[in-house]
Amino acid sequence: MAGSTLASPTTEGKKPEVTPSNHSPGREAWRRFKRHKLAVVCSVVLGFIVLAVLLGPWVWRVPINEIDFNARMQGPSWAHPLGTDDLGQDLLARMLYGGRISLAVGLAAMLIAISVGVVVGAIAGMSKGPVDAFLMWVTDLFLSLPQLPLLLLIFYLFNDTLKKMIGPEAGVFVLVVAVIGGLRWMPVARLVRAQFLTLREKEFVEAARALGASPWRQVTVHILPNAMGPVIVAATIDVAAAIIAESTLSFLGLGFPPDIPTWGRILFDAKDHMDVAVHWALFPGALIFITVLTINYIGDGLRDAYDPRRVL
Amino acid sequence: MFRYILRRLMIAVPSLLGISLVLFTVLAMAPGDPFSELVSNPNIPPEVALALRQKFGLDDPLMVRYWNWLTAMLQGDWGYSFISRINVETLIMQRIPVTLLLIGSSQLLALCIAIPVGVYAATRPYSIFDQIASTLAFIGFSLPTFFTGILLILFFSIHLDWLPFVYRADIPETGWRFFWEHFKQMIMPVMVLGMFQAGAWTRYVRSAVLDVIRLDYVTTARSKGLSEKVVITKHVLRNALIPVVTLVALQMPAIFGGAIVTEQIFRVPGIGSLIISSMLANDTPVVMAVTFVFSTLVIACNLLADILYGWLDPRISYH
Repeated sequence: MAGSTLASPTTEGKKPEVTPSNHSPGREAWRRFKRHKLAVVCSVVLGFIVLAVLLGPWVWRVPINEIDFNARMQGPSWAHPLGTDDLGQDLLARMLYGGRISLAVGLAAMLIAISVGVVVGAIAGMSKGPVDAFLMWVTDLFLSLPQLPLLLLIFYLFNDTLKKMIGPEAGVFVLVVAVIGGLRWMPVARLVRAQFLTLREKEFVEAARALGASPWRQVTVHILPNAMGPVIVAATIDVAAAIIAESTLSFLGLGFPPDIPTWGRILFDAKDHMDVAVHWALFPGALIFITVLTINYIGDGLRDAYDPRRVL
Repeated sequence: MFRYILRRLMIAVPSLLGISLVLFTVLAMAPGDPFSELVSNPNIPPEVALALRQKFGLDDPLMVRYWNWLTAMLQGDWGYSFISRINVETLIMQRIPVTLLLIGSSQLLALCIAIPVGVYAATRPYSIFDQIASTLAFIGFSLPTFFTGILLILFFSIHLDWLPFVYRADIPETGWRFFWEHFKQMIMPVMVLGMFQAGAWTRYVRSAVLDVIRLDYVTTARSKGLSEKVVITKHVLRNALIPVVTLVALQMPAIFGGAIVTEQIFRVPGIGSLIISSMLANDTPVVMAVTFVFSTLVIACNLLADILYGWLDPRISYH
């Protein structure tokens, strides 16, 4: 590489300071991750948000649906730290509750996207010829599907049936997670396939093959662990993308039902009252933004940590 | 070059067919059918309902239905809107120019920001400018479009009262005033969509330029005595743009998603807001047709990207 400049400063070569090589790959990555200061700060912020969302409802014991017409659309006060909405419901309580759903959707959709992507990419990368070509054709086809319109279409066609089958909340949750996850696996599949194509020909895999390792063992023990770096980065970014997708659905009024206040849904309800209650739109919007921003920065830090071009 | 374009066109056809198959499968798998109300309606005798089903081929095998649907779509017969009471293709033709204008001008804005900023940042890596630009780019693509839209409305429409936040198709003015009013109401939607894209693209351009700027042929170009401007625009940028074009083409579906949200926020009467209102009104033919139009647009953009490759790197078109 003719002196190409690395894409981020943290991978810039520090002089090799003779570190013992008995560190596990995970600890190596962590050491590199720590050098990306912003990513570390963002991890702390995100950790705080996750903790607040998980534990908050036990600390802040205001019910999310307590209607109080005397306190309609009030700005922040001691009784309601983030103000109230048009029915006088406490926004802090609603946002803590909605955060659980937004984060759960993000994580679950990411898990689906990663699992499908890894399986498709691994099969394509291990098999040569028509199977590989067909899988990559399907991947490219899915990549050129317009995601939001399709998401809306599937939602529109299947929503009612699923609601009847497993109840309104679980039905919407399953649908949102399945559709968002099912439309985001393609980049992961391509990444994993590319990794497999190079790793497959490496000496250590060849050695395993020569020792008689079955294809399954080659994949699970030798290739997949070495291909996980970029997948972890993609997974992080996918959480952010899934949170945005869920908020977008809710913001368009098509996601969770109105009594489940996800962040996007609160924003959707707030947008018609922006001239009188600015806080109502600002707080959930800012929360989505901060969550997504921190996750993206963490992804950036992880990318540095797992960069194949890394210098120690 | 001509044969290359022709070959790309031939590849686009199967993807279009594949997408139409996916769309049709979704529709066919979906529960409920358009005549379910007829069956439960006591005023309609069962034989009439059955005859209607037969007439519209609802009980035909799946492949036959797919073929009929596809041929009808290709012939421009896209069905009849239940709500607007006009043909779907007429409805879409009325709405699509605004959407194309919105997407086109926002992409132009994004390019005008991303390329200069990305190149400038990459020629001075880790400088103050680079760090500020990187941070802003990160913020730009982490801000969801719906939140940017709300922030802009809060600031420019409610706080400053400069710009209208509801798009009006019927402006009573004529001449220059007409264009000025149209321009004014397009500013915010275009900014929302453009800034989101600019954030992502700045990063692409920066890292793509960084990848080529230290290569040997750039040094050669400099040592020949070419000015820095020529080196950057003629030698570096053209090669750096190849991966950028790929990434931009991959982003196209996301751009259409952003357009839907933007049109919905600012009530721009394009096909994005059409799909939302049709969904809320259970207008299935329109929903299907708009999804199909979006898919076709994505394929068209991929085709455009392929042609751009051929122009940026002539070697590609010879293979």
